[in-house]
Amino acid sequence: MTAQAISARRPEAGLGDGSRGGFGAVLRAEWTKFRSVRGWVIGMILAALLTIFIGVFAAANASIGCSINGGPQKTGKACLPYVPHGPDGEIVTDSFSFVRQPLTGNGTITARVTALTGEHANLSAGPAQAGNGNTVPGLTAWAKAGIIIKQSTHQGSAYAAMMVTGSNGVRMQDNYTGDIAGTPGRVSAAHPRWLRLTRSGDTITGYESADGTHWARVGTVQLAGLPSTVQVGMFATSPNYTVTQNSFGGDSGNSGPAQATGVFDHVSLTGAVPGTWAGTRVGGGGLEGGPGPGGGRGSAPYTRNGGTFTVTGSGDIAPVTPGPGAGLPTVTIEQSLAGAFLGLIAMVTVAAMFFGTEYRRGLIRTTLAATPRRGAVLAAKAVVIGAAAFVTGLVAAVVSIAVGVPKEENQGQVLLTAPVLTEVRVIVGTAAMLALAAVFAVALGAILRRSAAAITIAVVIVVMPFLLSAVHIVPAGVGAWLLRLTPAAGLAIEQSIPRYPQVTTVTSPAQGYYPLSPYAGLAVLCLWTAAALALALIMLRRRDA
Amino acid sequence: MNAAVQAQPAPALAPAAVRGAGLRYALHAEWTKLRTVSGPAWLLLAAVALTIAGSAAAVGATHCPQGLTCPVDPTKLSLTGVQFGQAVVAILAVLTISNEYGTGMIRTTLAAMPNRLAVLAAKAVLLAAPVLVVGAVAVFGSVLAGHLILPGHGFTAARGFHPVWLSYGPTLRAACGSVLYLGLIALMSLGVAVIVRDSAVSIGVVLALLYLFPIVLAFVGNAHWQHRLERWTPTIAGLTIQTTTGLRSLVISPWGGLGVLGIWAAAALILGALALRLRDA
Repeated sequence: MTAQAISARRPEAGLGDGSRGGFGAVLRAEWTKFRSVRGWVIGMILAALLTIFIGVFAAANASIGCSINGGPQKTGKACLPYVPHGPDGEIVTDSFSFVRQPLTGNGTITARVTALTGEHANLSAGPAQAGNGNTVPGLTAWAKAGIIIKQSTHQGSAYAAMMVTGSNGVRMQDNYTGDIAGTPGRVSAAHPRWLRLTRSGDTITGYESADGTHWARVGTVQLAGLPSTVQVGMFATSPNYTVTQNSFGGDSGNSGPAQATGVFDHVSLTGAVPGTWAGTRVGGGGLEGGPGPGGGRGSAPYTRNGGTFTVTGSGDIAPVTPGPGAGLPTVTIEQSLAGAFLGLIAMVTVAAMFFGTEYRRGLIRTTLAATPRRGAVLAAKAVVIGAAAFVTGLVAAVVSIAVGVPKEENQGQVLLTAPVLTEVRVIVGTAAMLALAAVFAVALGAILRRSAAAITIAVVIVVMPFLLSAVHIVPAGVGAWLLRLTPAAGLAIEQSIPRYPQVTTVTSPAQGYYPLSPYAGLAVLCLWTAAALALALIMLRRRDA
Repeated sequence: MNAAVQAQPAPALAPAAVRGAGLRYALHAEWTKLRTVSGPAWLLLAAVALTIAGSAAAVGATHCPQGLTCPVDPTKLSLTGVQFGQAVVAILAVLTISNEYGTGMIRTTLAAMPNRLAVLAAKAVLLAAPVLVVGAVAVFGSVLAGHLILPGHGFTAARGFHPVWLSYGPTLRAACGSVLYLGLIALMSLGVAVIVRDSAVSIGVVLALLYLFPIVLAFVGNAHWQHRLERWTPTIAGLTIQTTTGLRSLVISPWGGLGVLGIWAAAALILGALALRLRDA
């Protein structure tokens, strides 16, 4: 008994001095353990290679084939349609009917909208064209008509607009992504809407009114670098009619063209304007004819009867988002990161073994004898594996995107570009997500003391929720909650294109949409990792090794 | 000389009898190992619980409101839990052999039973049998959940949904097939574990085999590769056995899909047997 007590005390007392070497020494010891086990290093390299392989493989779409105006068959990049970029660099849709005048300097446009009607493709009938009988009356939720101040008639140029919409009330929108809500409710002859836009330098202010006398400000936006002469007038447009079924069998979208007709009166302009109206179809396509940079060549975009203007248009003024609503073969940068799942499984395996193996071989007793501060051991292991996973993940993500994305583009896919900072967030965030998952697995290894169980739990609660919701094994609502509450929430860091409420699309995880914002998602994963580390620390301190 | 004398009893026995007795002894030994450790029993229980819970949650969360057409296969939906249960079954299969490698027990086993193929065959039989029994319970529980819950959620015969019950031919096929599916997943995992030996790495590999292909399928846009993945990967092809509606749009027939999983399991076991024969333990 005494002998035991003495022998138990001696190492601790002896190493008490040695452990003053500090955290650096512990870190170095753990790093040596990691790099000297060939299987773990190979596992990490394998994780990177598999991530890249799957990412590039997933990018191996068939080339898109096309034939323009009955010409020779083309494939790949030659089939890319003209896609305008908005002022902030994102890819946008910019197609609408425009009744316009040039305005030089400051000024105001006011108009009353008395009706917004529309028609859209009957999805169970044949190809829809205006007046061919394959359309039915109806408005899409984001059909819009109103007044607009636009830099020029070029697609993708800066603008600010006040509008009435199919079922989202009055809105003020600017530069494709900005969207401010006004009064809800649908416009009608009994409930007309007065709209007003005022330009003062780069500042544009939108107002609405029910009677033309009492005005309420909806919003004020800055359009940086707006030229002195801009185009001002009335517009109408309607995005595709899309039916999405968020059902159990999978989110599916089915869409066909649609058009909207707005009726305006009491139109007045102040400022330096010529006073004569011109009609332009910006963009083109929709129900009026084929798409193209030159614009559709269908019927006139508007009719005028005294002071009443009737404007009919098709298309949208909005950012292009992933999913079937876009009408374009789109691809996002994170689609090249599909392999990160395989990388994650490999890294989690290595990480769980990093702690679990010590228990199996009894090495843990040596480790804890050498470093009695158990928290330091746990921290050192977490730092080593986290750093290794981060660096591996970073390399894998950069190479995957650098190889996968050009491959997709060469096949005729439209890359939905994101700002540089967003791309950095996606790449660094993916590496951080992998690192956090690896640290989570280390902590599980310490809690469970068995690598096999730790790997299973880590893989099942990090990878499975994504699988379940993306492949529609569980209903959309359950899937969304899984992606909010489980560590899989961290995947949200990969979403490069935000969800725009003003665009109707299928917003499932398979399309790259997550229910949480990127950093909130990563924070959920952080919380799980922190909780696992805390539990691991308590268990390590309480239990005998 | 002494050694030769001592070795004599073995050749004295008829070779066929040795082989038969070997397998019988191996089965007995493996059965003793299986029933005297608490781990396998808990894992089997977990497989049943997880399968039935997963299925019940899936059918409980799915409604078909009036006036909507629901593109749902009620039988497949009722068997959703198999996708959870298979993970536990795979872990059980991996631990059956890798625990022996982890503890060094494998050297004792092989010293006692030098016929390594008999050891593997005994392990395979004594893994498959409990998994099939437990799988049958789990699948029956899942079908029962679907049978009881789905009609109340709008999936009625009046609206054109087939009954989720074993008297309906395709459902019976899906249910029996799901039980076999779990058995084949167990055998494939056993084969992988014999090849890999380390429990942690085996589990990583097996979980990747189970869950990675469906994720890759969600990202792959190329129709040819989608077709290949749906046809030739163990879980996607294997789970077509659960399909009872829209059979014409399947890229592989239900039994054909289960056959593909059978090929995977056989290949893993054969490679495992070779590895076991050729390598030192």
